[in-house]
Amino acid sequence: MTFLSFLISGLSLGSVYAIIALGYTMVYGIAKMLNFAHGDVIMVGAYVCFFATTRWDLPPTVGVLLAMVVCTVLGVLIERLAYKPLRSASSLAVIITAIGVSYFLQNAAQLLWTSNPKVFTSVVGNSLIKLFDGRLTISVIAIITITACIVIMAALTWFTGKTKMGKAMRACSEDKGAAQLMGIDVNFTISVTFAIGSALAAIAGVLLCSAYPTLMPTTGAMPGIKAFTAAVFGGIGSIPGAMIGGLLLGIIEIFGKGYISTQLSDAIVFAVLIITLLVKPAGLLGKQTTEKV
Amino acid sequence: MKIMGKASRSKVITYGFVIAAFVIVQLLKSSGNISSSLQGQLVPICAYVVMAISLNLTVGVLGELSLGHAGFMSVGAFTGVVACISLESIIPFTILRMTVSIIIGAFSAGVAGTLIGIPVLRLEGDYLAIVTLAFGEIIKNITNCLYVGVDKAGLHVNFLTDATSLNLSEGGRVIIDGPMGISGITKLSTFTMGFALIMVTLFIVLNLIDSRSGRAIMALRDNRIAAESVGIHVTKYKLMAFATSAALAGAAGTLYAMNYSTIIASKFGFNTSILILVFVVLGGLGNIRGSIIAATVLTILPEMLRQFNNYRMVIYAIVLILIMLATNDDNLKGFLSNLRNRLLPSNLRKGKKGAENG
Repeated sequence: MTFLSFLISGLSLGSVYAIIALGYTMVYGIAKMLNFAHGDVIMVGAYVCFFATTRWDLPPTVGVLLAMVVCTVLGVLIERLAYKPLRSASSLAVIITAIGVSYFLQNAAQLLWTSNPKVFTSVVGNSLIKLFDGRLTISVIAIITITACIVIMAALTWFTGKTKMGKAMRACSEDKGAAQLMGIDVNFTISVTFAIGSALAAIAGVLLCSAYPTLMPTTGAMPGIKAFTAAVFGGIGSIPGAMIGGLLLGIIEIFGKGYISTQLSDAIVFAVLIITLLVKPAGLLGKQTTEKV
Repeated sequence: MKIMGKASRSKVITYGFVIAAFVIVQLLKSSGNISSSLQGQLVPICAYVVMAISLNLTVGVLGELSLGHAGFMSVGAFTGVVACISLESIIPFTILRMTVSIIIGAFSAGVAGTLIGIPVLRLEGDYLAIVTLAFGEIIKNITNCLYVGVDKAGLHVNFLTDATSLNLSEGGRVIIDGPMGISGITKLSTFTMGFALIMVTLFIVLNLIDSRSGRAIMALRDNRIAAESVGIHVTKYKLMAFATSAALAGAAGTLYAMNYSTIIASKFGFNTSILILVFVVLGGLGNIRGSIIAATVLTILPEMLRQFNNYRMVIYAIVLILIMLATNDDNLKGFLSNLRNRLLPSNLRKGKKGAENG
């Protein structure tokens, strides 16, 4: 039974990582940049939902929607102001700018909302489901998180595969110049990608803080790094890869905590990542590009 | 020959610049014109300068993005301090003990760099970056679970238990206490030591860049396939740059740690690695003098912004973004290079490029 309950909490944590990793991987796929500020967008989303539900007493669904709207606007704004002028700059310059944006969001949050941790009230309450005569307890939030992840995954697969915008996204990630020649508005497509990624980050923020209710300006940093790891683990740029990477990472983390050592769980996660990359240098589902001379 | 001459002149300028800065600071110090907060920053600045120069070797000269440089600083800090505390009775002379500790710190970080580098340097680009990030986090995590004590029988090391199970004999002392880190360090670092370490670092890095090996490393950065096809051993030279960079970071770590009375592993996390990377990128990739200036200015800047109180880190972030935008915006960059093309004849520009690495 402990195995099953570990598995479920692993899947739940992994689902959060997967949702964040989707944002990383989509942005990487299309803009070829590591968006280090993504983790902090999560934090902003969680704060917006927190204030909406506790201060203004809005229903949780409205809180989540509001968080999504705010994060979408924020994501698009960040892209327009900070990343767009650097479209053709070296990747290192873009990374440093992303780090600057991340510093900015964290410190602005600290100014606005202070660094005192807030206790996030779960959007669905803390009810538990007991199975097998109470030997296995599952929190409702875990089920909702896993369901949300599956729904988002299915929706994104449909979106990128079937819709016109999705096709434009894939075209841009393949070859921006050719996409432009075919009449695709590359800048708009990139903005849409950032918007989707940020909206997902808001959902992830709410789900994360519902399961782990401490909310601080630095809340998003570590999950952000973990999700980034998950995206690389699954093969950055690949949407199913982000999903698998996120889920596996969550499961490994919870199993590591439960069976090996709580203190070493992060080290175990990163060690698995390193070993995977040494065997499969482009991640689990990443495309191995052959070098032409 | 002309380019070589320029390179060595540029080296002299770099050394002279550091010496001049040292002399000015010493003069200001003796006349009491430096605020106490800035005086407290002098050793950290030296440590950050060494960190920035060493990271520049990996990122600027070798051309591989490393996001775990603070991990090596951590290795150097912890082994250096452990060495310094356990050598207390053997080497009573502090400067010598400090030097030995720094060398031990550098050596262990260099070993860690080599061990990590062998598997990691096979990867490329963003994947290499994420793996160095992962190693930095692993080092932090492992140090958090490490317990080290010293008594008459020598060093006792324990992993994942607690300080009491070290079984120290009478008069023994716990040095690393897991997540609590090391406390009760005698502050031995001085500004002069920091200056000496910067000079040694400069000597090592500048000479490495200007050597046959250095040119091989830069060839790998510019075009790995072409370099490999003229017989440059990829792993050997990549590892040489990476391990040297790690060892210097270790030395900086010891210097940094010996400036505080307590030191904990989480100080050397991802954020510190990023901080150093910001120094390197803002100073200019491959530009050693730029790294020195950027590290100094950006360490002092948050202090200078103290009057803005809570707003200072926000301002710091905005300044960072604006600098990146100003130096990388296409329109501005195109305008500047146009200007340079018009003003400088092409042969002069080539000479300038060679000297940029000095």
